[in-house]
This record gives sequence, structure tokens and C-alpha cells, in this order.
Amino acid sequence: MADDPRINRPTQVDPDRVFNFLVEPPTREELINTARGVILYLEDISVSFDGFRALNELTLYIGTGELRCIIGPNGAGKTTLMDVITGKTRPDWGTAYFGQRVNLLRRSEPEIASMGIGRKFQKPTVFEQHTVHENLELAMESDKRVWNTLFCSLTGEEKDRIGEVLELISLSELVGKQAGVLSHGQKQWLEIGMLLMQNPLLLLVDEPVAGMTQQETEATAALLTRLAGDHSVVVVEHDMEFVRSIARQVTVLHEGSVLAEGPFDAIQEDSKVREVYLGS
Amino acid sequence: MLTQMMLQRLMDHDRGGWVFLAVLLAIGILVPVANLLVPADSFFHIPTYTVTLLGKYLCFALLALSLDLVWGYCGILSLGHGAFFALGGYAMGMYLMRQIGTRGVYGDPELPDFMVFLNWDSLPWYWYGFDQFWFAALMVMIVPGALAFVFGWLAFRSRVSGVYLSIMTQALTYALMLAFFRNELGFGGNNGLTDFKDILGASLQSDVTRVVLFVCSVVALALGYLVCRFIVTSKLGRVVTAVRDAEARTRFIGYRVEHYQVCIFTVSAVIAGIAGALYVPQVGIINPSEFQPLNSIELVVWVALGGRATLYGAALGAGLVNYIKTVLTGALPEVWLFVLGALFVIVTVALPRGVIGIWRQLRLRENHG
Repeated sequence: MADDPRINRPTQVDPDRVFNFLVEPPTREELINTARGVILYLEDISVSFDGFRALNELTLYIGTGELRCIIGPNGAGKTTLMDVITGKTRPDWGTAYFGQRVNLLRRSEPEIASMGIGRKFQKPTVFEQHTVHENLELAMESDKRVWNTLFCSLTGEEKDRIGEVLELISLSELVGKQAGVLSHGQKQWLEIGMLLMQNPLLLLVDEPVAGMTQQETEATAALLTRLAGDHSVVVVEHDMEFVRSIARQVTVLHEGSVLAEGPFDAIQEDSKVREVYLGS
Repeated sequence: MLTQMMLQRLMDHDRGGWVFLAVLLAIGILVPVANLLVPADSFFHIPTYTVTLLGKYLCFALLALSLDLVWGYCGILSLGHGAFFALGGYAMGMYLMRQIGTRGVYGDPELPDFMVFLNWDSLPWYWYGFDQFWFAALMVMIVPGALAFVFGWLAFRSRVSGVYLSIMTQALTYALMLAFFRNELGFGGNNGLTDFKDILGASLQSDVTRVVLFVCSVVALALGYLVCRFIVTSKLGRVVTAVRDAEARTRFIGYRVEHYQVCIFTVSAVIAGIAGALYVPQVGIINPSEFQPLNSIELVVWVALGGRATLYGAALGAGLVNYIKTVLTGALPEVWLFVLGALFVIVTVALPRGVIGIWRQLRLRENHG
């Protein structure tokens, strides 16, 4: 049955399709294609800075909907890894694919961001001169070309979305405040909120609980666990208590490559890991 | 209905802007009346010289506004904005030159005097079309805009920023100055373009033309303010200030930072070009000294003194500094440059938010006290 509409053949051109540009561009999900259950493929990634190997033939896969913690001593290459994924640093060699189709090494930072990789920096980076509301508005998934931003205004749906996220990050009461006056923990939360506004498929979260109180840390853990499933989440963290509270899978980096990978308890027992961390 | 909504968005929470526009409206009406209708021996009469001087200040204010857009809001410190002003001025100057016709010293109907003097026998191609006002008016915007677009595209795509970009813009205006000093370029060498007779058939020497040019400057400044205000109150404006405050962050949430920078830089250059075009018929001359790096640095002082990222502050700063300059260069010419230097130091050390900043702080204290 050649004309069976149930058979999905995206590669075959419809003979009736005269104007290709009239066809809707592929949606983000179609473009990225995570049919095999893996959202991020990193293979043999190496990065050197002035002879120093920050990443050394690193290979890492992140599954769809997974919550992965990456730990490792200082200088293990955690931040460089984030930089490679988000397009800030180009590796010397190796491959990095987002889903099965998108080659991350050929994309710029804004492209990668709008395809659905959101990043929270180690040092909380929010727009300090803007209000909390404006911060979320700026981060929102939307047409981010110049012309559109000159004329657009918020739709009701978008306002609701901002309201939802405000609720989620418990900043509803500070909505009109300048982000610069927020406490350190609140800035961290605002940045996570900005991540959520981007509606990313993959969240990269660098040290989310640094400088947070015990209570805030617990709330963050709950939030990240809730996000996993709908999103894939990669967390880089030093705080072992925190890692224990959220992690199902843990990857240990050491000197730019993966030292061990597995559930938290197994990792804790691993002799190689103990050696790196404790030197014994 | 729509315009009402637009105005509301533009002017909400902008008391300074209301005051600014009201002042512009007032001088736009009072100055022409005081010049044309009040008899010359009256105390309230404003001589044409003063009208033109005020018109000049207004052009500078528009130029300062354009710099505030890139510097105050986008964080791009351009030290070559005078170049766009001068290019707009040259485009207008070329039109005015062609209007002279046979009334020049050599009486050539086609060639400006300096070309006859250089023994050129025909008009260079880039002077074609400048006998038409509409063409010149278009070029006033296109030439500075195109230069800013190309320059900005190359610079911002390579992520040149901060002090490096400032130095490059400074080099740009210096290079243009050297080029325009050359006779072979066909813009009158170091004499520039001058001896203008009329604009759109009206004599540039008449009081009425002067007043009309003054009113045009008022209108241009008001419109320039509204356009800039429209930009900075839109989401585009919020993105641009986000770029200023945390460029990397903006990139990581999916904005193509360089597109935004190029866009603002180009818009700003177009506004600067318009300011230059209004300036030239009022002062009656345009020459390569307008490209001097010093002019662009003075411009930065105007904006800094007035207060960055407020728009009207920049205009106020331009008026203030130029008024001081007019007074001082008349009374104590050798002191002026020292005063300019002192102003720069004082603003940097003591008034990071400019004159508008002082005023805001006072209001804040009142509200709290």
C-alpha cells in the first residue's frame, strides 16, 4: 500500500508538494529525535588548553528523562564538559550529538539554547537590572529574532506560564523586584526558573545548591527530581549529601575522563573513586 | 486607539520624558514666536543668531541621544559616533552644494567650485542624484546606517567588545578624517563643503528658513526620543540591556547577541546621521574636522554628564556642556579644554549616573525622609 497515510515517510517528497517552503518546519522533537532513548551522545571528546588536557577522550551518554549527577574533584573537567555541550568551547576532537540528528559541534550557543539545552551557571547569573518578571520573560521559549522582539507583547498564555514558574520557584511575591537585590539562594532559584521558561529538553545545572540553606537545598532537590522525567537533567555538584538525595545514576569524572559510572551506593564503594576522592 | 496605547507604553513611568517633551514643545513654539513676531527692539525678541545656536544644540542633543542608545542601553562605548554625524552632514552638504548652481565663484552649473578649481571636468559618480532633495535625505540615513551595519557586523560577529571596540571606532573616525582631508576624494578636501545658498528653494540666510530649520530640529529630537523610547521599552530593549549586563547569559538563553548589537548600532548611526544633516544647513559648513576623534570624545562627556540610559539625560548633557562651551570659548578660550577634561574627571569619579542621577537620588531621599 504505497499511499497508506499511516506509513510515515518523512524523507520521501510528496509529489503534490509544490512549494516546499509552505510546509511547516520540523518541530523540535522531530528535529532532535530521541527514539533510542538517548538524548545526548558524547564520544571521545578531548579539549586542551595550552597543553593542559581538560577533557581526555571522554565518552558519556545521557538518557531521555534521566537525572544524572556528575561529580569529581576540582579540575576534573566538569565545567569544560558543560562548555562543550552548550557550544562555548569547541573540542579538539570527538563527537557530540543532541538526539540522533543534531551535531552540537556545528551549532552556535543561541542555536543550541533554542533547540532545547538550558544551562545554569556555577555562579548564579541573572539579569540584575531587570525585574524577576522580566528575567523570566527574557528566558521564555519564543521567537528570539530581533524584529519579533521589537513588536511582541506577552500573550495570556505566556503570562500564565510565567505565573506558574514563579509559583514553582517561590518568587511570586518578589515578581516586581530587581533581580540584583535577591539573596544568593533566590538568585539560584530564579536562574532555575529561567531554565524552566526555556522549556528545555535537557537541563545542565552547575552547582545548584551552592550557598543555599539546608531548607532551600531540600526544596531544590525536590524540584530537580520532579523535573526529571519530562526533562533530562544533568547536575554537577560537590555536595555529596545533595547528590545522595537526588541521584539515581552518578558519573565520576577524573582528569578529564569518566572514572566510574553507576548508582550512588556502588560508586561510593568503588575503590578507584575512593582513591581519587580520599587519596587512600 | 492604537496610538493611544502606544503612547501609554512609551510614556508610562517616564516623568522625565514628559518634562523633556513638554520643554521641547514649549521652545518649539516660543522661540519662533519670539524671533519672528516679537519686534526686534523688544526685550523678548530672540535674535536669529540665538535661534541658530539653539538649533545647533538640538542637533547635538539628537546626536547624544543616539550615543545613549548604544552606550547607555547596549553597553557599546562608541568613540567614533561623530563619524556618523559627519557622514549625514556630508550627504546634506552635497545636496546644498548642488543647489548653488551657477551662483558659485566659477559659475559652473554642474560642478561645485572646488572641483572646477581642481580642473575636474565632470562630476564624480557618487555625486549623482544629490541635486534631488529626496535622494540626499535618503542618503543621510543610508550612508551612516550602511557603514555602521558593515562595521558592526564584522566587529560583533568576531565578538569584539569593550575597550577594543572603542578603540576601533576611534580608529574608524580618524581614518575617515584623513580620507576626507584628501582633495582627490572629491569632498572638498580640508575646506569641506560650504558657501551654501539655499535649501528647497528657500534662502539659508533668511530668518524664516532659520526658524523652520530650528523647528525641524525640535521635531527631529522629539521623534528621535520617541523612537528610542519605543525601542528601549520593547522586549528588544530588555534583551539589549540584558546583553549589556550579562552577554554570555543572553547567548545561553538563545538570543543571537551580535544581531541585537548590530541592530542597535545601526539605528543609532542613522539617528546620528539625521542629526548631522540638520546641523549642516544651520552652521553653513561641513569639513573633515567634524570627524576629529576629539568630537566623539566630547560627545561621550555630554552623555556621561547628563546621565546614561535615560535618553533625556543625554540630551540635557549635550545642551549643558555646549552652553558652557559657547560661554567659555567666547570669554576664556584657552580654559575650555581644561574645563572639558575636568568635567570628564568629575563625572567619572563623583557622578557615575550624571546630573539626572543626582536629581533622582534627591527625590529618593525625599520619599524616604
